[in-house]
Amino acid sequence: MKARSASRNLLFMVPAIRLSGVTKRFLTPSGGVYTALRDLDMAVEQGEFCSVVGPTGCGKSTTLALISGLERPSQGEVLVSGKPVTGVMDGIGYVFQTDAVFPWKTVLDNVAAGPRYHGISNREAHERARDWIARVGLAGFEDRFPYQLSGGMRKRVALAQSLINGPRILLMDEPFSALDVQTRNLMENELLALWSASPTTVVFVTHDLEEAISLSDRVFVITAGPGTVKSDYKVDLPRPRNVAEIRFQAGFTAIYQEIWNDLRDEVLVSYERQKRSGAA
Amino acid sequence: MTAPVSAAQEAAKVLNLGARRSRARRRHRLNILVLRVLVAVVGLGSWELGTRTGFIDPFFFGQPSGIAHQLWVWVTDETSLGPLWLQVLVTFEETVGGFAVGSILGVIFGILLGGNKLLAEVFSIYIKAANAIPRVVLGALFAISLGLDIRAKIATASVLVFFVVFFNAFQGVREVDRNLIANARILGADDRRLTTEVIIPSALSWILASLHISFGLALVGAVVGELFGATAGVGELIYYSEANFNTNGVFAGMVLLAAMALLAEALITSLENRLVRWRPPALGSEIQI
Repeated sequence: MKARSASRNLLFMVPAIRLSGVTKRFLTPSGGVYTALRDLDMAVEQGEFCSVVGPTGCGKSTTLALISGLERPSQGEVLVSGKPVTGVMDGIGYVFQTDAVFPWKTVLDNVAAGPRYHGISNREAHERARDWIARVGLAGFEDRFPYQLSGGMRKRVALAQSLINGPRILLMDEPFSALDVQTRNLMENELLALWSASPTTVVFVTHDLEEAISLSDRVFVITAGPGTVKSDYKVDLPRPRNVAEIRFQAGFTAIYQEIWNDLRDEVLVSYERQKRSGAA
Repeated sequence: MTAPVSAAQEAAKVLNLGARRSRARRRHRLNILVLRVLVAVVGLGSWELGTRTGFIDPFFFGQPSGIAHQLWVWVTDETSLGPLWLQVLVTFEETVGGFAVGSILGVIFGILLGGNKLLAEVFSIYIKAANAIPRVVLGALFAISLGLDIRAKIATASVLVFFVVFFNAFQGVREVDRNLIANARILGADDRRLTTEVIIPSALSWILASLHISFGLALVGAVVGELFGATAGVGELIYYSEANFNTNGVFAGMVLLAAMALLAEALITSLENRLVRWRPPALGSEIQI
């Protein structure tokens, strides 16, 4: 932990992720052009846990897709560890919003998939998978299929599946939004424990400001679409944190209020737009 | 007020519940069996009664007892074409051969075209055109070009099977969850892994569903193939009976074909259950026709 915080304070380090002047346009099925992101600038330091919050449809998920290399920017530049992103690269983990574990693979084979794709022998991949399954608290469930697990357990599988590859950057797209509050707090604490034991940089997309503050070192607020960074805030709450109790801490409310003032306007804009398009 | 229940009582209750449920299930299965037999008895019984009372002419429409007798003669003695097992075996070989060739080609082309937009766009018009013509007439062509042996029948059967399996495999590939593909790519899968580990398993439920229909079609292909010229087989047996105005023989042949289809259906279902163990069993408990 000590070495970590020291390295975080280093100036002039290459940021883990840098997006500069990024615009992303999509063609809509009706032939129109939809601009998801416009002139977005954003930099995330090595080892930082940062969250991206914003109203629905502001391009939060698009941002992650751009960093992962699954999508390419229409304009601007995306750099990971100082190198331009040209496609899907090694060293990046991605926990999707919807279930993306392979339904036809057992828990063990799901978690072992990453190492196997990287040419590691079945035996070693399985060995490492067992270790990760235990770390996310699923020991004993190795032979189950995803349909036999609860939503929270499937998220754990997805987490182990991503972390087993030892990603330098972990992208998470509202990973816990479908879980009940208790399971969610549990998973958040476990995520923080796993993160603090590794040098991973995390970009966590959520619509829940409380979740964003509890987890992160930094929170980016994205404007109503087309999205761009409105502001970013440092969260200086002490670590290790317990997300279930952090909101009782003195500093929490102040920072919540500060960010919410910013976010509220964007949420209102987005809400008004939805109402209008609903009425039209 | 409920009195506190001891752990032992609770366990006994649970056991009791399990036993009751399995008993209920057994009773349900028995009921279904009884009802099925009842349907057969009523159906065949009224047919038999109709022929005996003169409502139905057994010369044109056959007679259950006559059909049973015909089957008995075929089994204990032999058919006009030789021993019965040989006829069944010949048709079964033709059907399985056509089924295998047609479904393998269907899967290969379905996955190929499903994964390649250019190929799909170029070939779609030809495939639609070929699918629109009544393909059984190709049996005549195959009888000329491949002769009277098993190859002509396998060709006819496989043409029928191919399109059903092809369309399902094609659709299956198209319906693969984009999230799963994205996930596999992030985890480091190359194109080959993507095909073998995501696309094919995902399309498998579509393909397996089509195999149920295609075995029946393969049987049609084999029997039609025998129509265009054969020396043995259940289809040939049916035509021979028909040529001799032996209605009961035609029906007896149909009974044999139905038995073969049901047997194959059971085999395919058990194959399906083995290959898609990962699917929630709720699907399996739906009514299957």
